[in-house]
Amino acid sequence: MKAFLTRRKSFVVAASAALALTLSACGGGGGTTSNPSVAEKPTFAAGSTMEKLSKAGTIKIGTKFDQPLFGQVGLDGKPIGFDVEMGKLIAAKLGIAADKIEWSETVSANREPFIEQGKVDLVIATYTINDKRKQVVSFAGPYYEAGQALMVNKDNDTIKKPEDVKGKKVCSVTGSTPAGTIVEKYGAELVPAATYSACLEPLRNKQVEAITTDNVILAGFVDKEPEAFKLASDETFTKEPYGIGLKKDDTVFRNWINDQLEEFGKDGSYKKAWEATAGSVIKTAPELPAINRY
Amino acid sequence: MSSVLYDVPGPKARRVSLIGSVVGSLLILGLLAWIVSTLAQQGIFEGRRWAIFTRADVWTLLGNGIGATLSAAAVAAVIAFPLGLLLCLLRISDLAAIRIPTRIVLEFLRGMPVVLMMFFVLLVFGTNQFIAVVAGLVLYNAAVFAEIIRAGIQSLPKGQREAGLTIGLTSFQSRMIIELPQAVRRMMPSLVAQLVVLLKDTSLGYIVAYGELLRAVQVMADFLGTQFLFPVFFVAAAIYIAINICVSRIAVWIERRGSKKAAGGVAKAEPEPIEAEVK
Amino acid sequence: MDVIIENLPLYWEGFLRTLFLSAVSGVIALLLGTVLAAARVSPVAALRGFSMTYVEILRNTPLTIAFFFAAIVLPRLGVKFEQFEVAAIIALSAYTAAFIAEAVRSGVNSVPVGQAEAARSIGMKFGQVLSLIILPQALRTVIPPLINILIALVKNSSVAGAFFVLELFGYGRQLANSNGDQVLAVLLGVAFFYLLITVPLGILASTVERKVAIAR
Repeated sequence: MKAFLTRRKSFVVAASAALALTLSACGGGGGTTSNPSVAEKPTFAAGSTMEKLSKAGTIKIGTKFDQPLFGQVGLDGKPIGFDVEMGKLIAAKLGIAADKIEWSETVSANREPFIEQGKVDLVIATYTINDKRKQVVSFAGPYYEAGQALMVNKDNDTIKKPEDVKGKKVCSVTGSTPAGTIVEKYGAELVPAATYSACLEPLRNKQVEAITTDNVILAGFVDKEPEAFKLASDETFTKEPYGIGLKKDDTVFRNWINDQLEEFGKDGSYKKAWEATAGSVIKTAPELPAINRY
Repeated sequence: MSSVLYDVPGPKARRVSLIGSVVGSLLILGLLAWIVSTLAQQGIFEGRRWAIFTRADVWTLLGNGIGATLSAAAVAAVIAFPLGLLLCLLRISDLAAIRIPTRIVLEFLRGMPVVLMMFFVLLVFGTNQFIAVVAGLVLYNAAVFAEIIRAGIQSLPKGQREAGLTIGLTSFQSRMIIELPQAVRRMMPSLVAQLVVLLKDTSLGYIVAYGELLRAVQVMADFLGTQFLFPVFFVAAAIYIAINICVSRIAVWIERRGSKKAAGGVAKAEPEPIEAEVK
Repeated sequence: MDVIIENLPLYWEGFLRTLFLSAVSGVIALLLGTVLAAARVSPVAALRGFSMTYVEILRNTPLTIAFFFAAIVLPRLGVKFEQFEVAAIIALSAYTAAFIAEAVRSGVNSVPVGQAEAARSIGMKFGQVLSLIILPQALRTVIPPLINILIALVKNSSVAGAFFVLELFGYGRQLANSNGDQVLAVLLGVAFFYLLITVPLGILASTVERKVAIAR
């Protein structure tokens, strides 16, 4: 008994020594972030949400932390991506600097409750506008229109369009919108994963035939490993208009954001935000979609 | 270490056992070597994949993750234990009006996935992530602690309670002064084992996006790219096992200390109470 | 509550998958766990060492990491499976077996020494002592904690939702995403189906416990 205990102790010591060893030595890394010029003392109608936020000097924005190119948290705990850039642009118009934004992670299932409870002022989180969601929150935008696509192994020529995956195994993130679509509309067998990057291993091992999600994300993977993967087709088979979620019926705020979005489209800051993030993989910059002022 | 289960092996049996042990160990070592070499062929152990662990920001993130894991576990344990004691007392109350509702509540808390409870707390009460994680852990583990302690009380000889009542203690006094201290000491290994489960369960905080260790690891693998998936997970496994073995060792230490104090195990020199629960 | 009624078929499908995962993993874990417990008390030092190491490592590893090894590392080693349920079952049963081994071992220790001594004195070998005398008696005290472990297993199967198997919790997240206006109702539905498995098991555990207590 005693011998066993000491052996175990030495294992723990060895393990922690190994950890300590790997600790020594240093390196560095960086990401792309931008700091849009902040509006100086903007004025807003009394009682509006804009006035409130502008006076407070801070804004709470919810975004995804695991969505490559749109909202992904870096090693320093700060999110980067196109959604994040949109948030910074809007905050700047309120006179709030980028470092005064409180980012919090919103996952698919807590976006609506977070807005309803006022835990976030805005949700910019690859948040598709749809009617069910409109019953509990309001949407500004859309600011981007994504579309669902399929990614397959380089040597796969049998899957070209979504109809080809009927009855086949397709990987996507548990509970995501693309996962629902591929099953309900196209009869695929869903293989759910925690993140999209977790889908890559089964695809590589040919345990699934394809991965499906919004084209931009897939393009990011293909860009990293063009020798292994490709998009089944350049065409997308759904339209996912990404909106900015805010408290239901705060129409003044919503209209104001819509105005800002249109301005970003005109003054080129929309394009700049794209190029700094998702544009690194997708060369053709998107046009700002027509704002839906419902 | 001798056992009552078998005779002391003779020279022949010892030889057979030795040969078997050597062959078996060789087989296991061979299997491990094969696993390592197969993975190595796929480049899993290439230096560039492991070079990320020389980066300071990687370790800051891991450190924060470990901190978040330990702090949620510590706060949850500190609240869950007294709450478990209380629930246990209610559960074994003499009054059916208290006992039965408590039992229903316990059954409910034990049967609900911790993940769901964390999520409920977050959504219904609009708390922050830390509180949601802690609340989920407290609700579940308090129920488990209650059950463990109850099992401990029931394993005590009846005479303990009878003697307490005979000398004029009330039922409540007997529980508090006579039975609980013995039950807690007797069940200490199970309680600490449950503590390890609690610690591991912090990883379920992913559902409310709590930045604990496993979440940090996933963020890292996602951010750095999939070629780092394996190194990052191997390191995470090593950290978890190291932390948990430390906690388990405390259990062994307490068990031995406790068994010295409370001498008089009936069955064996070291009475081993039943492991009451797992994650 | 409409959302639950409307999506009852999905809930049902998820429920069945969860039940399937838990049942198969439960049976495998019970067998493996008992073998490990027997190894732990056996005369062969190497077996004791192996069992101890196995239990120590598996008990201290988060289930998510066990899943990672079964679902992602194993295929890299050439162990490929058509159905991801196989990986989930491997992870769940390997993990749960460690807890079962500990419970069974405690049960073995709870059997009075005289039983084993008597068995040995009439000439029984280790295998006979264990399988004919000790384990049947240990079973009585071990059943309540075993059922608790199985309850935990049912709930643990929800981790499979993140590793390529669509089960109850996975369907729940799916429904929560597509019914953003009724997230709470969706989750209540999920909770209900879990309780449908775990509460009867819990009641069974306490019934058995009472029976055993009387028999003592």
